[in-house]
Amino acid sequence: MELNQLVFYLFAGVAVASSVMMITRRNPVYSAMYLVVSLFSIAAIFVLLNAHFLAALQVVVYAGAILVLFLFVIMLLNLGHDFEPDVRGRFWWFFGLGLGLVLLAELVTLLGNLRGPAEVDLLTPLFQARGAVAALAESLFLNYVVAVEVTGILLLVAMVGAVVIAKRRV
Amino acid sequence: MLREYVPVLMIFALSLGTALLMVIGSHIFSQYRPTPVKSQPYESGIPALGDTRERFAVKYYVVAMLFLLFDVEVVILFTWAVVFKRLGLFGFVSILIFLLLLVIGLLYEWKKGALEWD
Repeated sequence: MELNQLVFYLFAGVAVASSVMMITRRNPVYSAMYLVVSLFSIAAIFVLLNAHFLAALQVVVYAGAILVLFLFVIMLLNLGHDFEPDVRGRFWWFFGLGLGLVLLAELVTLLGNLRGPAEVDLLTPLFQARGAVAALAESLFLNYVVAVEVTGILLLVAMVGAVVIAKRRV
Repeated sequence: MLREYVPVLMIFALSLGTALLMVIGSHIFSQYRPTPVKSQPYESGIPALGDTRERFAVKYYVVAMLFLLFDVEVVILFTWAVVFKRLGLFGFVSILIFLLLLVIGLLYEWKKGALEWD
């Protein structure tokens, strides 16, 4: 139990510190690097919550693939010059503020509905019986199979959208 | 529970320590005496023109995006592979529909030439 708490405070501290560093850097490439650190520490917190599969996905998909995509977008938009104005236009703060308020409202709602720790731990025996991935996969393919198919459609839409936008003849 | 992750933490600490040792060590033990000749980017070469921060071509973004989408597909396939014996025909058909959607996307990319590097 001691070790758990120690590891939690270590990684939570790193996550908060790197997130603060991320939003205060002027160079967006540095911000992306701090985001990698933040995502890694959150993966460690997922491990503490017994979500092993989610932790692995966090590292492989988010810290791996999505961050590469972020870096390409930053380099494509060529942001963060000292001598050139950014391409984001005049109303970026308006959208940023709106999105920030929505996220804040979500956080407040979540914290308002917060209950104490559950008395019965349902997850750990399930994981021990079937393994972390199988417990997730059974519920995914038995109860939420429609959501899986909708995910497929979403991926298809994203694929077509990326090709249409990026392959346009200029 | 967490004991299984102790080796991972040890690798974490080791790599962090190595990186810090290299950066701090080279700061402490190196001697930095620049002269105008040493500060040139190339000795007896062409001086650099313009900025190093060039704008990236959009084709890198397409490759990264397509990789990401198929990465997510593999995640779903991975969860399915763990339980596919227990799911039987229902699970097989549901993953087949899912794969069909992505194959349509792949064929679209192929036809549109998004997989070509031109």
